[in-house]
Order: sequence, then C-alpha cells, then structure tokens
Amino acid sequence: MLTLMIFLPLMGFVVNGILGKWMPKSLSGWLGTATVLGSFVLAVMNFMELSGGTPEIASINTKLFTFLSVGDFHVDFAFQFDRLSAVMTLIITGIGTLIHMYSIAYMHDDDGLYKFFAYLNLFIFNMLVLVLGSNYLMLFFGWEGVGLCSYLLIGFWYKNVDFGKAARKAFVMNRIGDLGLLMGLFLIYDTYGSFEYQEVFRQVFIGTADSTAVNTAIALLLFIGAMGKSAQIPLYTWLPDAMAGPTPVSALIHAATMVTAGIYLVIRSEAIYALSPFAREIVMWIGLATSIMAALIGLKQNDIKKVLAYSTVSQLGLMFIALGCGAYTAALFHVITHAFFKALLFLGSGSVIHGMHHEQDIREMGGLRKKMPITYLTFLIGTLAITGFPFLSGFFSKDEILVSAFSHNPLVFGLALISAGITGFYMFRMFFVTFHGTYRNHHHPFEKVHESPLLMTLPLLVLAVLSVVGGAVNLPHYLGEGISGGLHHLLSYDGGGKFSPILMYPEHVIELSHTAEIGLLAMAVSVFVIAFLYTRNKYVVKGAVPEADADQQGMGKVLSNKFYVDEAYDVAFVAPLEGASDTLTHYVDEKAIKSAVDGVGKGGFGLSKMLSKIQNGNIEYYLVYMVIGIALLLAFNLF
Amino acid sequence: MEVIIIPIIASLVVIAMGKRIPMWLSALFSLLPILLVGKYFQQMGVEGGWKTIFDQPWISDNIRFTVGFDGLTGILLILTNALVPVIILGGIRNDENRVKITALTLFMQGALNGVFMAQDGLMFYIFWELALIPIYFITLTMSGVDAFKITLRFFLYTFIGSLAMLASLIYLFLHTANYSFAFESLRAVELSHTESLFVGGGILLAFLVKIPVLPFHSWQADTYTNTPAAGTMLLSGIMLKMGLYGLLRWFLPLAPESIEFYQPWVIGLSVAGVLYGALIAIRQKDMKRLVAFSSLSHVALIAAGIFTLTDAGLEGSVLQMFVHGINAVGLFLVIEIIERSTGTRILGELGGLAKNNRLFMVFFMLIALGTVAVPFTNGFPGELLLLKSVYTYNHNLALMAGLTIIFCAVYIFRMVQFSMFGEGTGSVAALKWNEILAFLILIVGVIGIGFMPQLIIDIVHNSIVQIGQWVSEARGVMS
Repeated sequence: MLTLMIFLPLMGFVVNGILGKWMPKSLSGWLGTATVLGSFVLAVMNFMELSGGTPEIASINTKLFTFLSVGDFHVDFAFQFDRLSAVMTLIITGIGTLIHMYSIAYMHDDDGLYKFFAYLNLFIFNMLVLVLGSNYLMLFFGWEGVGLCSYLLIGFWYKNVDFGKAARKAFVMNRIGDLGLLMGLFLIYDTYGSFEYQEVFRQVFIGTADSTAVNTAIALLLFIGAMGKSAQIPLYTWLPDAMAGPTPVSALIHAATMVTAGIYLVIRSEAIYALSPFAREIVMWIGLATSIMAALIGLKQNDIKKVLAYSTVSQLGLMFIALGCGAYTAALFHVITHAFFKALLFLGSGSVIHGMHHEQDIREMGGLRKKMPITYLTFLIGTLAITGFPFLSGFFSKDEILVSAFSHNPLVFGLALISAGITGFYMFRMFFVTFHGTYRNHHHPFEKVHESPLLMTLPLLVLAVLSVVGGAVNLPHYLGEGISGGLHHLLSYDGGGKFSPILMYPEHVIELSHTAEIGLLAMAVSVFVIAFLYTRNKYVVKGAVPEADADQQGMGKVLSNKFYVDEAYDVAFVAPLEGASDTLTHYVDEKAIKSAVDGVGKGGFGLSKMLSKIQNGNIEYYLVYMVIGIALLLAFNLF
Repeated sequence: MEVIIIPIIASLVVIAMGKRIPMWLSALFSLLPILLVGKYFQQMGVEGGWKTIFDQPWISDNIRFTVGFDGLTGILLILTNALVPVIILGGIRNDENRVKITALTLFMQGALNGVFMAQDGLMFYIFWELALIPIYFITLTMSGVDAFKITLRFFLYTFIGSLAMLASLIYLFLHTANYSFAFESLRAVELSHTESLFVGGGILLAFLVKIPVLPFHSWQADTYTNTPAAGTMLLSGIMLKMGLYGLLRWFLPLAPESIEFYQPWVIGLSVAGVLYGALIAIRQKDMKRLVAFSSLSHVALIAAGIFTLTDAGLEGSVLQMFVHGINAVGLFLVIEIIERSTGTRILGELGGLAKNNRLFMVFFMLIALGTVAVPFTNGFPGELLLLKSVYTYNHNLALMAGLTIIFCAVYIFRMVQFSMFGEGTGSVAALKWNEILAFLILIVGVIGIGFMPQLIIDIVHNSIVQIGQWVSEARGVMS
C-alpha cells in the first residue's frame, strides 16, 4: 500500500507522458488529479494504521530492492512511513490534489496541458520519495528529482528565453546546495557507516563520532543543501525568478511543498542538530537575516507573484529561526499552516491573473473585489492568516515560533517580531492595491474582468477553510491541555519501546509566565493592527498607488532592486567563471598546452624525421601497410 | 573468438557489396555479436576468474591468440556490441562515405572485442593498434582544411603512448620464466621498485593518452569536433574505455608496485581534468566541442576513481564507463541529427527546435539528464560511487571534483536551452525508424541503469575483487 501510494503519481506521469498527446485535455487533467487523490486516500489510510491502531506502531517500512552495494557501501531502495513523513505526505498529496484540480481549469487553453500534468505528477512522486525514503540517499534522490521537476516547470513555457534562464538559475543554485548536501552525506557515511536514518541516529545517540566537531560539520553541510532548496541567504535568489512558471507550480512547488524540504531535512536530522548548538545558532541567524531581508524586499515589489515569492522566502526564514531555537514542532507547524495559506494566496493570485488575462502588475489592477467576490474573500482570509489575525492558523504557528525565539534570546525575538510585522505591511499593501481602490488598467476594460470557474474557486474555498482552522493541529496550551499540542504529541511519540523516535530529545513545552505570554500576544497583535491601519489609510482611504519603477528613490530604489544581490552575484561569480572558461579555452588549451605538445613533437630528432615522412602524405599508405601486415599475420598463423 | 571474426568478415562483406548494401543489413550484422556475448554469459558466468575460452599459438608458440571472458570483459563486450549497432543505425550519413564508414565501424567492432578479450600481452597490443586504424581513416574523410594536421596530432600522440606500452610489455616478456606474453606470465614477473616505475609508467602513458587525462588530451577536442559523427561516437563511446579498461586489466595487475608512486599524480591530474574540461565546456559554442570537453571532464572522474583503489572507485569506474558510453554516444547522436536537419551545430545559430519535434526533444532531454546525473537516470549511481571514492581518498579533492555536478548542469542545460528552447525558425526532421531504434536502445540504458545499477555492479564484482586483491597484495609486500 505504501509502495502504491508512492508510485501512483509516477504511473500518472508515465501515462500522460506517453499517451497524453492523444488524450483529450480533460482526461489528462483528471487522470493527473486522480493519481494524486489516490495517493492522498492511501496516505490517510496509512496514517490511520500508524496511529489509530492498538498498539500504535512507530513506522511502516518497506524495502523494494538493493540500489547499490559495493564493498562496505550499501544503500537500499526503501521507504519509511513514520509520523514526520506522514505529516509531509498528507500536505503534499492533499494540497497537491487541490492544486491539480485547479490546474485543469487554469491550464485549459495550453496545448501542453498533458505535459504539465505529467510533470506535476512526476514532482509529486519525487517529493514523496524525498519525505518517505528510509535513508539519506533516498532523500537525495527525491531532493534532486524535485529540483529537476522545478526546472522543467519553471521553464514550462519554453519559447520564452527569460523563463528558460530562470529555470536554469533555479537548478544551478540548487545544485550548489546539493554539493554541500552530498558532502554531508559522505561525511555521514564515513562517520556512521550507513545512510539509514534508524542506524545513523542510533549511532549518533550512542556517540560513535569522535567529536562534536564532526556532527557540527555534518549539520552545517546538510544546512547548505537546505539553503539551496529552501531559498535562504545566500542561495535564495532563484525563488523569486522561479515565478516564471505557471502559477499552480508556484503554489505547489515554490510555496507549499518543495521549498519546505530543507525544513524537513533539519527536523529529520534532529539527532545531529541537537548535538551541535553552534550549527543551530548558524541556522537561526541565517533564517533571521533571510526573513527580514526578504520581507523588506517584499515591501517594494509590484508583481503580485513576486510579493508572494519574497513572502515565502521570509516565512521559510521564520521556520529556520524556530529550528535554530530547537523548536522543531513549531517549525513543522508553520510548514503546515504556511502550506495552507500560501497555496491559497498563490492560487488566488492565479485567479486574479486569470481574470485579468495575464496581467501581474498590481498597479494595473484595483477594485477587483467587485468582479471577483470569491477570490476576494478567500484572498482576504489568506492575507489575514499570514499576517497573524488572531485565531487564524498563521497566528498560532507564528506565535509559537516567536515564543521559542523569546525563550532562546530576546533579541532574536525582537528581530523576528519585526520580520513578522513587515509581513503585515507588504501583504495588506498588495491586498488593498489589488482589490480595493479604483480600477486602473486602460488596456483591458473592467467589464472583461471575470471571476474564475468553479474548478478554480473550489480549491480556494477549501484552502480558505483550512487557513482558518489549520491552527487546530497544534493549539497552544493556554487554550486547554486536552485539545492543545496535537502535533507536538505526534512528533514526541517515543517509538513504542522500539528505537525509532522522530525527535531523539523530547521537546519541552515552553511555559512562559502568564504576563510574559499575554505580553507576547499583545505585541504580536499590535504589530498586526498597526500594519493593517497604516496600509488601509494609505492605499484605501488616501487611494495611493505604488510609484512607477523609474520614480523610485533612496531606500525604495534599493528595495525594488532587491538590494542589487543579483547584480553582485553576476560580478562576483558569473563573470569570473566565464572569464576563467574563456582564458582556459583560448590561452591555456589552445596556446600553452598545444604548443608545448607540438614543440615536444618537433623537438625530438627521430620524431621529426617521422614527421617529415608523414608530411609527404604517406600516412594513408603507412596505415594500409599496417592493416595488410596484421591481416596477413592473422590469416597465416591462426588457421 | 567469433565476436572478433564476425564483424571483420561483415566489414569485408560491406566493402564487397559497396553501395548496394542496405543500412538495415549492416545494422543486422553489427547486432550478431551481442547474441554471442549473451551466450558467453550463459556458458561462462561471471565467477571463477578470467577464464580462457580460446587459445592457439599465433605468431609463435609464445605469442598466442588467447581470448578470455569474465564480468569485466563481459560488460565491455555488451557496451561495444550494443553501441556499434546504435552508431550504424543512427550515426552514419547517407552520403558518398557511407559504405566506407560502415565497413570501418564494423571492423572496429571486431578489433575492440579483441582488445577487451585478449589474454596475451602482444595480442592485446596488436588489437589496441588495430582498433586505431579505422579511426584514422574515418578521421581522414572529414571535411575541413586541418584534417591532416589534426589526424597527425592524434596519430602521434597515441603512437608514442603505444610504443611506450610495447616497450614495457617486451621488458616484462624478457623477464618471464618461459618467455611468454600470456597475462598470467607477465603478471608473475617480480619487478624491483625502479623497474616497476619504468614498466608501469610506459603502460600507464598509453592509457592516459587514450583516456585522455590532462595534459595528454590536446588531440581530443579537435579530433572529436572534426571527425564524422560515427568516428566521434566510436572514440568517445567505446575507444576511450580501452584506456580505462587497460588501467584495470593491465596496468594494475602488471605493475602494482608502481601504483603507490603514480597514485597521487594521476588522481591530482584527473581532478584537475574534471574541472578543466567542465570550465571550458561552459562557454563553447560548437555543440560537438562542448560535449568533447564535457566528456574530458566525466572521464577524468572515472580515472580518479580507479586510482583511489577503493571498492567504490574500482566498481564505480566500470559502471560509469558503461554509462558514459551510452550518454556520450547519445549526445553525439543528438548533435548529428540536429546538424543533418539544420546544417549547423553552433548554439548561437540554433534555437526553438523543441517546437516541431517532441519525440526528439524527449530523447535529447533524457540523455541530457543522464549526463547531468539526475537520480533515476544512469549518470547518478556511478557519479555517486566515484565521488565517494575520491572523498575517501581526500576530502578536499572530492569537493573540487564535486563542483562538476554544478558545472555540468550549467553547460548541459545551456546547450539544451540554446538549441531546443526559445524562439527559432529551424526544425528537426521527423525521426526515421532507424534513428528511433537507436535512441530507444540508449534510453533503455539511461533509465534501466538509473533504477538498477546493481545489475552491472554484480556482473563486474568478482573481476574487480580479484584485481583489488592483487593490488593490495603488492602494496602489502611493499610496506
């Protein structure tokens, strides 16, 4: 059942990939959706088996075959369905189903629809391999596989050269991270003699490594991989460019699932991170810096998808802050709620783009609430959820991160709170400019703006509900012990006597004093209120519209140019690399080595004599003689 | 034995029939040996060492025609006899050189089979040289003013290497107890440290030139670029495996005493070559040149893996030899088909080819992914093992060699982008049955090995363990 769950989307890929060209579009779309839905149903059933039965079991394991076995190097092609991978699987297939369904309508006019669904299914398969593999190499399989699908889907409209560039940028930046991850994997195998999670963590736990430095090195190398996949400084610049892909791709891959793989990796490797406070500190500060920097950039973006992209980078940063503070449950909690509301926001933006016939600039929109009521309402819910409106899903998960930061270091808490506050500013700015005020687009008459079809609005409604109630998976303890901390209990499951906990070191629920707790909540709510009132006043009451790119000045110009990081990378890395390539080509390879070789050839007396012989044009004759000679030898002596 | 003779006879038949020979018939000829290889596997198995299957006095009683079979030989026979049909099916243009190139390719098939089966030192040397001859002739048919100069450089390079190897083999021969060139006799010769450095060095030089490892590579790019596609495919797909095979089969067992000395040099040069080839490939405009340098980079990693002398490196090297053969031939086939349709293979002049020929796009993409070593394609497991072996040898070298996974993605996807994607007016003609068949053979290799690399490891395992034992015995004696 586990195997079927994983391979069902692969079957969808194969069928759509081979036969899709001759299938009607709706069949391609529904087939692609059905395979993911099937996986979701199986995932729910597996999850029931895991925690519903008595006694509870730690994990469902299945080994398909031996992938590689060379000397003492042995890797199985095997899967492990435990509580952590179960949560990830439910997100991937659940939200995946909704986004597949949405895509049937969204991609309806595209001739490559079958290809689109094939790639989406391939992505789901790889993502499942990533979270369900029972060892680090299986994770690496899926890790690279989702990177490939991301490349294929960002560059889906392949005629556009810029999209192709964005796709390659994403793949290459991910590969930089992957090199770090790969080195981390080698170090793991060198140290612990296995890739299997159970075995590695067992050995980590009993202290096989000579020193904590080894674990720190492993943790940091793995984190380099996470930086690439989860778009953290310095490897984040591919994610905003990745918005070149169709919007459902942005929702599925670049918001809800793939980019959270880095978080998954760190949670999965908790046993290792737990031993290295230094590595966790690095993770936390990188996450913090990324979170604030991306939020600031988000303030000045005018492409509706770019705002959401920087928002995603920023939210991922928040999750890494939690991981750095050792709050693994909080990070996973935010992964879940973020998947709900960010998928909702992306799909909502897709609905807007659909209704506006491919306009993405919010300055060209305005007043859309009248034309697109469902999109408006659901987008509002998404915006409220991400900005931390009390008792929506984002409120709880963000609050938990802030609490963990507070108990770790008040300074970190302060900075994280600032980042969370900026979220309110850029989100409400985008929301008001898009849906309120007056319509500003002169090329595309307001009458033609339309609400999206049911296939698109239905997923929006479902996700909106989830964004509202999603906090229920891990309610804070002040709401009552009985209903709180669901996710926390799930991850803290001790393995039922067997050695297979997800979190090696049980997390303690952080108990703050009542005043501290209320103080934190009050601060979180007040930054939300300030952001809401300020942006409402500016963009609704005063009716301001973000200025044209050319009019940007000072800090605004720096922000709208994204701190010039892309430009800096071009100067620092791309240009030198191309320079090195050219130098090697034209000077070293063409001139130095060849002339040295030719010089050697001409230098020797005997050789030069032979050279002159050959230069008489005798080479063919010589060869012919050689052939004849050998043929004669063969013929006379052999028979 | 038959796998050597049949292709050579087939090549004579092709010459005799001339222009009347249909392509499908020559393809059929080239497919015959693979059936025999299957029979060898069935009869001989892969256990119990390198078994002699045919032995007869040849030039003298001491220089014998001895052919053997084991897993290592078997893998290279599969590679050769699966790729030559691909080349004949897809890689030869229907022009005035068709008959000539087909005959030479078939001749080559026989000679290569001889190289991989020879159990007698001199026989190995003779087939080694014999395999070069068709390539010289194919290279000489190239169009272009520099044909002669390029062929000459190629010829000189390999010739000097070969002579060095011959000298080493003769030196060993003179020190054998029974004046024999037989592999086992040569291997039994005990050399002093100094002797082994010279003998080993001579053999090593021949192989390093053929692989080629930096700085012995400067024949490669020009030769690859200017030779007709069939020649390029033969060279990159199979011939340079002669060098790698030679390292495993002849260099390591015959001069194990010298390994200690050469190991750091060869690994260092190889890792340098990995980066060197990859860096140059990034900015090439001619697709053939790009793949030539890509190949330089990939093959250097295999050489490095062998010289780590670890299980992962030795067995991974064989796996990756096989894989590189498939992917290199695949890429050159892609380029050949693009050039046939559009008349150019310069990236700046191409673009948008994906629009009109989806099937071709799929084939190209799969082979490209194999080259980039994406999981579930054939490039991944071999690269993993080789990088791991280098990591075991030296962490920093592994990090440097590992940069190839970044650079390779850069240059391969750049090539895909500027030939297939974007707006463009050119188009690739619909694939013919023979081209489709050629691609299908390759794709089976790309996906199949991607999922089940252990199949190949299992085949070569025993042979490699044996070689590894000889090496560690010799090193044990040393220390």
